[in-house]
Amino acid sequence: MLAFATKRFGLALLVAVTVSALAFLLLRASGDVAIALAGEGARAEDIESIRRIYGLDRPLLVQYFDWLWKMAHGDFGQSLYFKTEVWPLVMEKLPTTMLLAVFSLTFALAVSIPLGILAAVYPNSWIDRLCLALAVVGQAMPNFFFALILIMVLAVSLHWLPVSGSESWAHFVMPTITLGYYIAPVFMRLVRAGMIEVLASDYVRTARAKGLSQTSIILKHALRNALVPIVALSAVQLGLLLGGSVVIETIFALDGAGFLAYQSITHKDLPVTQALLTLLSILYVGLILIADIANAWLDPRIRVG
Amino acid sequence: MTESYAPPLLEVVGPTSGALLRRRIFTHKGLLIGSTLLTIVLLLALLAPLIAPHDPYAQDLTQRMIPPLWSEKGTWAHVLGTDNLGRDYLSRVIYGARISLLIGFAVMVISGLIGAALGLAAGYFGGRTDMVVTFFITIRLAMPVILVALAVVAMVGGSLWVVVLVLGLLKWDRFAVVMRAATQQVRSLDYVTAAAATGASTPRIIVGEVLPNVLPQLIVVASVEAASAILLEAALSFLGLGVQPPLPSWGLMIAEAKAYMFFSFWLIAIPGTALALLVLAINMVGDGIRDVSAPSGRG
Repeated sequence: MLAFATKRFGLALLVAVTVSALAFLLLRASGDVAIALAGEGARAEDIESIRRIYGLDRPLLVQYFDWLWKMAHGDFGQSLYFKTEVWPLVMEKLPTTMLLAVFSLTFALAVSIPLGILAAVYPNSWIDRLCLALAVVGQAMPNFFFALILIMVLAVSLHWLPVSGSESWAHFVMPTITLGYYIAPVFMRLVRAGMIEVLASDYVRTARAKGLSQTSIILKHALRNALVPIVALSAVQLGLLLGGSVVIETIFALDGAGFLAYQSITHKDLPVTQALLTLLSILYVGLILIADIANAWLDPRIRVG
Repeated sequence: MTESYAPPLLEVVGPTSGALLRRRIFTHKGLLIGSTLLTIVLLLALLAPLIAPHDPYAQDLTQRMIPPLWSEKGTWAHVLGTDNLGRDYLSRVIYGARISLLIGFAVMVISGLIGAALGLAAGYFGGRTDMVVTFFITIRLAMPVILVALAVVAMVGGSLWVVVLVLGLLKWDRFAVVMRAATQQVRSLDYVTAAAATGASTPRIIVGEVLPNVLPQLIVVASVEAASAILLEAALSFLGLGVQPPLPSWGLMIAEAKAYMFFSFWLIAIPGTALALLVLAINMVGDGIRDVSAPSGRG
């Protein structure tokens, strides 16, 4: 187990370093930082002096290792637009995004697990069809369009919720529903398919033969096994949520890392964009690592293979 | 397709596999509805200049914000009304189908070529090739598509082709993952070994034996990716970092209408519904192809 975990950790570290290099190169290759720094209408000699002051005239590889070295020590540089240190800025916004991701995942699971079970227990019934319809619509509906519909219904017409902002828990409701519904269909399909498979298995038949009640069979015997793949999928979907939060936080003006990412991109605030891209990628790599190890712990066959 | 050559015995036993396949296709409701819907959108896009009642770019400031036909103030001159610049909304929606379909198709082709090549190589050769490709896939998955796409478009400048290229270069991961797994399953089967034994070259085996047998999975991923590319373009354009005005991208139309959403929600509802219907149609076709090509794997 320890050998497996060490190997996975080494791989994750390698991925994280490569991703940071890619994030650095990608943003450097897409435009000239010195021109972005100098702002529009700057003279050529100003741009030249900025290039020298910020060390942008050095070879790219030197700049990358300099950036990586500083980043490893918690120095992400200065934000060009917000005029503050990048690290405290990002750390201030990250909890909001993590909270939103956890809320959305919880919402998605709370909706899709019961519905998925019901759909599997009563296949081809009205509830199965309802689940299918919900899943099909959820996968086809652009999430920003769904967000705008929610605003119109829950905030503008019914006045139940605030339109945008991030001052209270009420501001999290619509973003949570939007992002939760965005990832729920995959969970619903997986729970349904898993339950149908498990319900047809030998040990469930044995449990039935022993005379156990339907509820006890479903909740105690079948659900546990049908939920194993959900752990791995949850990690992947959390990664998807981190990306999706850029769009949703921007719509609802929810003051998290996603909204910060959008602001930094539109204002060409390169140090912030770079830091967020790297951090979100590392966060995803970390999540996958945890899911891998959790899975290996749950299922010993994975450790060997 | 084999009826004319089929020996009499087969007809006694039952219908040929070709006839069975055709029956599965024509009795699959989702596939029929999805492909009908997709064909309609395709025709609208191709015949846009003939069908659209107005020039989608022609502004008329005396005809601003006319509501659609079903509201009290609607007119037949502008069935879906006009936007804040007095442009005919129906014509813009019809021309918008061209952009969505073009994005879906072009991104699917670019990412499909990259992903399928990587996946086939990893699955067929295994060993070190597989390790390298798996590492590429892991790296690609670690970077959030929307964030990278937004950042690159912001630096390079938004245009239809920049969006196509950026999404095409980013979205090959699912192709690679699925092709790798499918190829691993196929490569050890008898007919591939037989082809190798008869001295067929490696490229010939991959293109002639492996590829045709993983094609159903490839088509299903292609449909999923086309739909997802269309949604991503809409999201990028909605955030102002995708297709640029005055092009009638559905996502951009929603962004332009956002300022008027409290009083004229139809300006958002119409392109939003168009997007959802197109993606729904593509997903239904993809699901249908999966069901029809692997009848046992329904679920």
